[in-house]
Amino acid sequence: MSNIRDNDIDKARRQFMTGAVATAGMTIAPGFMLYTAEARPAGTAADPKVRWGLLIDISKCDDCTVCVDACKKENGWQGHRGDLTDAQWIRKVDLKDKNTGVKSSLPVMCMHCEYPPCVDVCPVGASMKRADGIVLVDKHICIGCRYCMMACPYGARSFVHEEVHGQKTHLPRGQGTVESCTMCAHRVDNDQIPACVEACNASGREAMMFGNLRDPNSDISKRIAEISTVKLRADMGLDPHVQYVNF
Amino acid sequence: MTQGRHHFWKTMAAGLLILAGFVLAGAPAVAGDVPVPHPAKAAKGEKCVAPIPEMRRNHMNLLKHQRDDTLRKGIRGNPFSLKGCVDCHAVPDKAAGGARTVRPFCQTCHSYAAVKIDCFSCHTGKADEDKTALKAMDNPHKVTARLQDYLKQRSVVK
Repeated sequence: MSNIRDNDIDKARRQFMTGAVATAGMTIAPGFMLYTAEARPAGTAADPKVRWGLLIDISKCDDCTVCVDACKKENGWQGHRGDLTDAQWIRKVDLKDKNTGVKSSLPVMCMHCEYPPCVDVCPVGASMKRADGIVLVDKHICIGCRYCMMACPYGARSFVHEEVHGQKTHLPRGQGTVESCTMCAHRVDNDQIPACVEACNASGREAMMFGNLRDPNSDISKRIAEISTVKLRADMGLDPHVQYVNF
Repeated sequence: MTQGRHHFWKTMAAGLLILAGFVLAGAPAVAGDVPVPHPAKAAKGEKCVAPIPEMRRNHMNLLKHQRDDTLRKGIRGNPFSLKGCVDCHAVPDKAAGGARTVRPFCQTCHSYAAVKIDCFSCHTGKADEDKTALKAMDNPHKVTARLQDYLKQRSVVK
């Protein structure tokens, strides 16, 4: 019995604390709202004041593939035979400077653009941007026309050519639809970081940083404020939310 | 007026005939027609998320409404999820080598009504392979014991 009473006290404490944190988090000054990267309560929609983003430090990225492997494992897009038609949500791109011979390697995935061309061209409204900036495919209505694949300058999307079996519970995949990185929306909604970032941190490299770009106090925003970042194909003005440093 | 009354009796007679037809058709249905489906009992849980008649009639609308909320708006944790269906209604499936899938439950009525289910060409119909949870579900005392352990831990940690 005493356990249950303790638990009740805990609950009251938790409610009090949540209330206090919420008050502290909301109003810093009149007209200025601060949003932190706390978990959204169940039953609430994605917050339009949030912009989830990634910052990738290329100087810390070597030729390992833990991010790719973690993504495959998390989202179950392991290919059938390693064909060119296999899905590819994230890949490692190796670069070499022709003049100096300096080599670098970086992961490339869906850039979750602020102005995503894949959303503009979709004829059925399946390609969409969530309120918090995560770009997704609504496979329920995707007709598999692949216009979005042509529109994406990063080659981030894949078409599922073959019948799929053994999907993950949290990630349905089906033949005849287009898919791409979801920035692990299922994890982010559950207050977890994307699988690639977690794996990169676990490997000790810590080349990837995930956070809310619209929160000036998030680690990612602070880092972006102090160092010059590179957006791939910035000339296109798509404002990708995946950015690189030490390019 | 007479004509109206005549018409009334004609309609009544036709209605009775149709009714009789139903009653008569009901009897040989057991012998010749496709038997009325009896879907398998849920593997776990005591009560569905809505009354059974409501679920039978409206499950597709509930699922469709919530899938849009979840995918497009990012709303999680609402009750009418496909994952929720699978969690409770997945039962041992011979076609899947004995693994717990939702196929036998869904397919029973869907083949009777000749309605194709599209959910499982993309979604998995297999229950999550959390074997410890399943084992604990088999034994309610174990569940209580685990819950008490958890509560104990909570009160120690504070």
